Amino acid sequence: MTQAFELTVNGEHVRIETHPDTSLLHALRNDLGLKGTRFGCGLGLCGACFVRMDGQVVAACDTPMWSAEGRSVVTVEGLEPGEGLHRVQQALLDEQAAQCGFCVSGIIVNAATLLDTNPDADEATVVQALDRNLCRCGVQRRVVRAVLKARCEGPCHVTPEDAE
Amino acid sequence: MTVQREIVATPTLPQDLAANPVLSRWVTVHSDGTIDVRVGKVELGQGILTALAQIAAEELGVDIEQVRMPPANTARGPNEGQTSGSMSIIHSGSAVRAACAQVRAKFAAEAARGWDVDPDRVTVRQGVFRCDERAVSYGELAGLVDLDVAADPGAPLTSGDRSVLVGMSAARLDLPDKIAGRPRYIHDLALPGQLSGRVLRPPSPEARLLRVDESRLADLDVRLVRDGSFVGVVGADEAETMRAVKVLGDATTWEESDSLPDEDDLSAFLRSGPHETVEVLTPEGPEPEGRTISATYSRPFLAHGSMAPSCGIARWNDDGTLSVWSHSQGIHGLRAAIAQALDIDAERIEVEHAENAGCYGHNGADDAAFDAVLLAREVPGRPVQVQWSRQDELAWSPLASAMTADVRAVVDESGSVLSWRYDVWSQGHTSRPGYLGVPGLLAGAYLEQPWSYPAPGDPPAAAGAGTVRNGVPIYDFPDRGVTGHRLLETPIRTSAMRALGAYMNVFAIESFMDELALSAGADPLEYRLRHLGDARARSVLEAAARSAGWETPMEEGVGLGLGFARYKDKGAYCAVIAEVEAESDIRLRRLTIAVDVGRVVNPDGVRNQIEGGATQAASWTLKERVRFDRRRITSDDWESYPILRFSEAPEVFVEIVETPGAPSVGAGEAAQGPTAAAIANAVAAAIGVRVRDLPLTADAVVAAIEAAEG
Repeated sequence: MTQAFELTVNGEHVRIETHPDTSLLHALRNDLGLKGTRFGCGLGLCGACFVRMDGQVVAACDTPMWSAEGRSVVTVEGLEPGEGLHRVQQALLDEQAAQCGFCVSGIIVNAATLLDTNPDADEATVVQALDRNLCRCGVQRRVVRAVLKARCEGPCHVTPEDAE
Repeated sequence: MTVQREIVATPTLPQDLAANPVLSRWVTVHSDGTIDVRVGKVELGQGILTALAQIAAEELGVDIEQVRMPPANTARGPNEGQTSGSMSIIHSGSAVRAACAQVRAKFAAEAARGWDVDPDRVTVRQGVFRCDERAVSYGELAGLVDLDVAADPGAPLTSGDRSVLVGMSAARLDLPDKIAGRPRYIHDLALPGQLSGRVLRPPSPEARLLRVDESRLADLDVRLVRDGSFVGVVGADEAETMRAVKVLGDATTWEESDSLPDEDDLSAFLRSGPHETVEVLTPEGPEPEGRTISATYSRPFLAHGSMAPSCGIARWNDDGTLSVWSHSQGIHGLRAAIAQALDIDAERIEVEHAENAGCYGHNGADDAAFDAVLLAREVPGRPVQVQWSRQDELAWSPLASAMTADVRAVVDESGSVLSWRYDVWSQGHTSRPGYLGVPGLLAGAYLEQPWSYPAPGDPPAAAGAGTVRNGVPIYDFPDRGVTGHRLLETPIRTSAMRALGAYMNVFAIESFMDELALSAGADPLEYRLRHLGDARARSVLEAAARSAGWETPMEEGVGLGLGFARYKDKGAYCAVIAEVEAESDIRLRRLTIAVDVGRVVNPDGVRNQIEGGATQAASWTLKERVRFDRRRITSDDWESYPILRFSEAPEVFVEIVETPGAPSVGAGEAAQGPTAAAIANAVAAAIGVRVRDLPLTADAVVAAIEAAEG
């Protein structure tokens, strides 16, 4: 009892035939071959599968396809148009802010969404946003440093408390 | 069958090269100039392949970009046992160094032969051999040099070339893929014809499957696989197999029984026995006269909590061979265990390592691979990928054992230690595949012809021990007794997790050192230095104290605490100073760490490992406790097994104390124990109350305050 679902993924219109209860995560990974969105818990509790849906950061594992119909989804692969890296990705690479790297896709989507809407986000705001993401290797502080650095790429906004 | 490697002892070759002496096992030079360096160690998120590539490139005299590090594979590449115990830099690093030095010498000799010059006159840089005006590259010489030869035990262990490469913070080779979101993990593998598999784990460890109502699966496009109490499904669509396994949960009838200890009285459980007693240090006589101080410490069972649930892939090939992909720490041990479990020839099995999320010890990786083998047996020729759920990962992976320790010291008038007695109780710390003479794979216990499992064991003292790892204090006490008590009846499956017993033992020893210092009216740093002759130990402690501002007075409700150890008594020295703010809750503000790992291969790699290890240890110490009732593990998601979040992660400062000429040792586990003790000592400094039972939650602090007030 599959059904056809139409949505936009990384700017492209796609049509996926699947069961309505199939998660967006599995549709992205298995039907579209977009493996960058990771399976971490299946319960929406760890953030490894975060994607942007109509501008909001959501857990793809917890999003059934019936609720993704007609929506616009951006995954880690689609944050930066073309081949390059989003500035959050570049900053993570520059700071070597990862160990196993499994949690970073979700962190990148979350942090990029934050900076796109709030380019002046201060440290407390970044930390608060990333509190929805778990990391087991213990690179949280490196990630925060990298995200704050990413904020200054392009037009740089340094707030007074950061300039100390 | 045994998984022990035959190690041919030679006086000069590094252990892993002596065991795998043929150079072509390690190195292949391609005509396009790329050089494959195969190692038996695996990438677990710790960056080991980058560090080993740095060593290889340095010895070969090439740029790191020229070196490729293929995944470890049982059919190709050397057998280097497990990737564990912070031993990869020591064992694999020295083997890679020696093997690559010999390869370079052979290529240099070939260049010299072609030019008819003395090999000593040939130099190599960036992969090009030169003599006078002549030049030839590795790629051009590739066809002329035979590497299918045994390493020469008499050859130098290094080319002596100290380029700028080792000691540099080379960027991780694997991170560009991982940060870009490219397929890189075992979950992302999509082999031709691959099917999806799911296993329904029993409702509790002792459960036995009575009935399956197969009719319930009629509407689902999956195939049911059952062998005794092992039951799973295989299908083309992963989402469908997930739905099927959910239906299967309701379609099965099990017989269950209580088998787990009382979670609220783990001390009684651990001490009840029977035990194997290991006397690590036997006192020479009775304890002297003097003031006696004693205390008891404990930690609960802990879970690995890798961010990715385990995954395994297997394919039974038409020619009767079996291919397996796994994120195991020991692919050769896994191969032998599968062979033993199914009574087939290990030579017919090929296991290849595939990366997964961070691995901190013996988790569910091997079990998931065996699940895949069992499911794939029903669909010959098709690869089956088995994906564990989060619940299975937290409840069915081996756990790290709960532990408890009694410490007692007799002190002189100045409070200095005259005698020291230490007893620690624990389940064993390893049940890796094959380790105990049985396959040790989870599903094996549920087959129609089940494997039974002995109690988890402990590695031998030479490998750093388990229950008593770091049980011997580094301090120069005149009279010491140290005894381990390993439980022989173990209802909870435990195995190796980062630092094994060292986390608990260092927590207990270093907490007690602070209690002794307090009792002596001494500063905890001064008290440790008073008992410490080891010069490297002293400089690491002093470095940490300096960068943390140890002497600086703290505001009300804020405390600094110190923890120190030399990992496995011969590894990295690590001193941690925690700054804790304790008001209504405990807030770990900062960890200041000094570490001495001998010669540093990759400084940022060392920092990242120490930062990560300390942050993870902070999570264990402040938050973690496996929960269970008398029948099953109940902490099976991130709400029931909370770990440290971004808002709770401390700032970590790492200072590397270099000891010129000291051999390189691993960094991955050095910070675990010192961090736990530092936090507990900082809490005591902040609020004057000692918490001796982990985790150090706000509830535990309140309980300790109430206990102190009587």
